[in-house]
Amino acid sequence: MRRRELLGGSIAALAMPAIITGARRAEAADENQLTIVSWGGSYQDAQSKAEFEPAAKALGITVKQQTYSGLAELRLRVKSGAGGWDVVSSGSGTAARAGKEGLLEKLDYSVIDAKSLISGTAQPYYIGNDVFSTVVGWSTKTFGKNGPQNWVDFWDVRKFPGSRAYRNNAMLEPALMADGVPMHEVYKVLSTEAGLKRAIDKMKQLKPHIAVWWSSGAQSAQLMKDGAVDMIAAWNGRLDAANKDGAACAYTYEQGLLDTDCFVIPKGTKKRDLAMRFIAEISKPKYQADLTKYITYGPTNEKAYDLTSIISPAYAAQLPSSPANTAKQLLIDDAWYMKYYQKAQAAYQDMITG
Amino acid sequence: MKALAAEGPNATELGRDARSERWMLFGLSLPALLLVGLVVVLPIAWLFLLSFQTEGGAFTLANYQRLIDQPSYRRILAMTFEISLTVTAMCIVLGYALAYLLAQLPRRVAGVLMLGVLMPFWTSILVRTYAWLVLLQRDGLINVIGEHLGFWQKPLALVYNMEGTVVGLVHIMLPFMVLPLYNSMRAIDRDYVRGAANLGAGPIQVFWHVYLPLSRPGLFAGGTITFILCLGSYVTPAVLGGGKIVMAANGIAGDVELYFSWGPASAFGVVLLVITLTILFTASRFARLDRIFGGGA
Repeated sequence: MRRRELLGGSIAALAMPAIITGARRAEAADENQLTIVSWGGSYQDAQSKAEFEPAAKALGITVKQQTYSGLAELRLRVKSGAGGWDVVSSGSGTAARAGKEGLLEKLDYSVIDAKSLISGTAQPYYIGNDVFSTVVGWSTKTFGKNGPQNWVDFWDVRKFPGSRAYRNNAMLEPALMADGVPMHEVYKVLSTEAGLKRAIDKMKQLKPHIAVWWSSGAQSAQLMKDGAVDMIAAWNGRLDAANKDGAACAYTYEQGLLDTDCFVIPKGTKKRDLAMRFIAEISKPKYQADLTKYITYGPTNEKAYDLTSIISPAYAAQLPSSPANTAKQLLIDDAWYMKYYQKAQAAYQDMITG
Repeated sequence: MKALAAEGPNATELGRDARSERWMLFGLSLPALLLVGLVVVLPIAWLFLLSFQTEGGAFTLANYQRLIDQPSYRRILAMTFEISLTVTAMCIVLGYALAYLLAQLPRRVAGVLMLGVLMPFWTSILVRTYAWLVLLQRDGLINVIGEHLGFWQKPLALVYNMEGTVVGLVHIMLPFMVLPLYNSMRAIDRDYVRGAANLGAGPIQVFWHVYLPLSRPGLFAGGTITFILCLGSYVTPAVLGGGKIVMAANGIAGDVELYFSWGPASAFGVVLLVITLTILFTASRFARLDRIFGGGA
């Protein structure tokens, strides 16, 4: 008995160095790996091809990609201390909220060069990486080239009969614009009790014609591909992706809602510095310019437009962040979302189920 | 047991044996009890606790106040029960007919046909739900065939509404109805039916007075399981409901996303649980619960 124990012990002791080096090796490999989390679908495919993989190669690291469903998941992960996520792709409004809640690491702008970024897109807790737009889209099978050209048209069921798809989460800016509120006053009106009610009432008007309330970008693209609706309020890049996939749709930037996608570093990551360097890398013009090859989201780094061999001037005109297009659109107000979104969403839910 | 032990000449010994047997049974069931406590009782108690807490951990009724103040919650609950009842009723009609047919067939044939019931059971709910989307949507197979054959001119709205959701759910729930019903029907002694007929009862009378009562345990089992599973459905209404059909689980998920805390969602979960338990309790007055979950007659 004793001898056997002894034997077992010495075998374990002999094996120990091998086990330790094995573990160390695994750890070393792990040190050079970042876990990057994004939204999936055609969007993450584009990010992966244009940014994640090339940047990882440039830094000599590997990336592991995951998808997630939103801030609730991020919050749960940070609060439970599970960790494991190093860089996360997020909308700017939710990133602002997450930063305020203390879920995110502060970004180090001595590592990340943000000098040539569109003003306002480099924030303490999040950095804009691409610009997208929520636009009026239509099926060219139904309307040809002459689809609804703004939100007033989108609400006009006589001039544009047919079924519509609209976002499942509160999106009230278009309702006010359809009701005649000038673009620059939308958030001012929406910040009042009466303005919120006005927007909800306008939504109620269109509700009988809204066939689907979409809940994800992938779903919105699928709806156009399947020909399930004639008109849609959706993200421009998803509509282009749907077209590449055989859908027949067109859209206009007129009265579009301009928004940015950001990167954040969640608290609890063990690789803060590497994550910072990774974000610095993908914020460079080259990667952002490359991204436009795979999805029609514009760069936040204005120098990306200088790389005309990647973004031709003609193609730039199709991107949401080109100067001509930004002029037609309303920039999403993160501050409004932080302050009023919960209330707006509760009213929105009442409207949808009512 | 007690009476027996008190009477015999070896009363003390018998009593000791009985006691030790009881302890042994308790000891044997202890692991199961612990498991149930750990994975069922504890989480539910926690859910209950969370629903009365603010994010900081202080006591609050705000989460329940919100359920009353905001009409969408009432509507979501009403919609959840309306859909669950409709689906259960449809499953009873379809499932009873199918189970009856299977129970009449020779066992071997029934076994093969039963595969047809079980096959979809083994396929992912998500896949089945998307399959219905392909069939039911505006340019889907059913609309294309219907228009081609001239049954209707304009595409029918078959999906992204209540109807589409109910169709999808009936398909998913049917096996849960058929299996207990079939078991229950197989256990019916055919001699009862023959006897009733022999005594002059017509086919309808035989069915109503003999067959139906004997198959009732299966009917209750299937009905209860279908109804309860329906209450918790998430994927099917999310995909086939087009955002208009919001069932309890979808509402709960939405709450977690919106409020970034468990309180509001927990309160909604507690309300759903209480209503469900009330229904189960009421159902248990008509049929014994252990029979429902035992499945057999």
